[in-house]
Amino acid sequence: VTSPDLNSGILAMGGYARFVWPSFAVALIIFAWNLWSAGNLHAAAKLRVARAAAMAPKKRA
Amino acid sequence: MWTWFYRLASPPYVYGVAATLTPWFLAGAALAIGYGEVVGLFFAPADYQQGDAFRIIYVHVPAGWISMFCYSTMAIAGAIAMIWRIKIGHAVAAAAAPIGASFTLLALVTGSLWGRPMWGTYWVWDPRLTSELILLFLYIGVMSLRSAFEDPARGDRAAALLGLVGGVNVPIIHYSVVWWNSLHQGATVAKFGKPTMALSMLVPLLACFLGFMLFFGAVLCMRLRGEVLKRERQAKWVQEAIKT
Repeated sequence: VTSPDLNSGILAMGGYARFVWPSFAVALIIFAWNLWSAGNLHAAAKLRVARAAAMAPKKRA
Repeated sequence: MWTWFYRLASPPYVYGVAATLTPWFLAGAALAIGYGEVVGLFFAPADYQQGDAFRIIYVHVPAGWISMFCYSTMAIAGAIAMIWRIKIGHAVAAAAAPIGASFTLLALVTGSLWGRPMWGTYWVWDPRLTSELILLFLYIGVMSLRSAFEDPARGDRAAALLGLVGGVNVPIIHYSVVWWNSLHQGATVAKFGKPTMALSMLVPLLACFLGFMLFFGAVLCMRLRGEVLKRERQAKWVQEAIKT
């Protein structure tokens, strides 16, 4: 297995690879965090509602 | 005439609309960002002065735009909640703040990474950079203030007020490159009459703009659903909504 060559080809970005690729990596992290945290917020809120409903006293028939 | 406006104030309606819109926004964002970033990275020509370093524009500029758009959304939602006492406005503002903060951070980090090869430094106390940093502090302040109160309603009002006052920073960020001598380059895309970019570079950038906007819409809808559930957990419709 060979590691990608950062000094030539498309990955080199004309010698600016160490600035271009980290920028896109940070963007990817921010996008992933946004999706994860938004999903997590909704799931946690749902769980809280479900727990509250389960703890609530049930009405007699 | 105002029926649609008041319907927007109804939490169950907003919860349902947000659920419907989220997958569409996400799919649109994936397509637009996928196209914009691939074309921008691999097919757009290199800049004649900045070389391939200019490709950072495809994350930096849309991130900066979202950071300001999100703040405006948050401030307007807070104002609507304060003026018309529409509670959903506070939920929108609370949902928007962390998204805006993350995109402000992205704009600052990518700007810094772009600045190093072009200006020879990661950071300068330039008006554009400084006002963007203040925007990040404002986001952090709004989020901290909201959670600092035991009574959530007071936290919401205080955060909305700070959001509104801080809104003055948005035009300062936008016009900082015009009003003061700045190391940061001037507007390239905002000049719709005469953009200063070649079409082959501009089209992927506009696709990235669209994609970032759609992504913001999707994440806002997702967060808004969580906020609505959190705030309305005692309501009967919530019990029924989570069963389905």
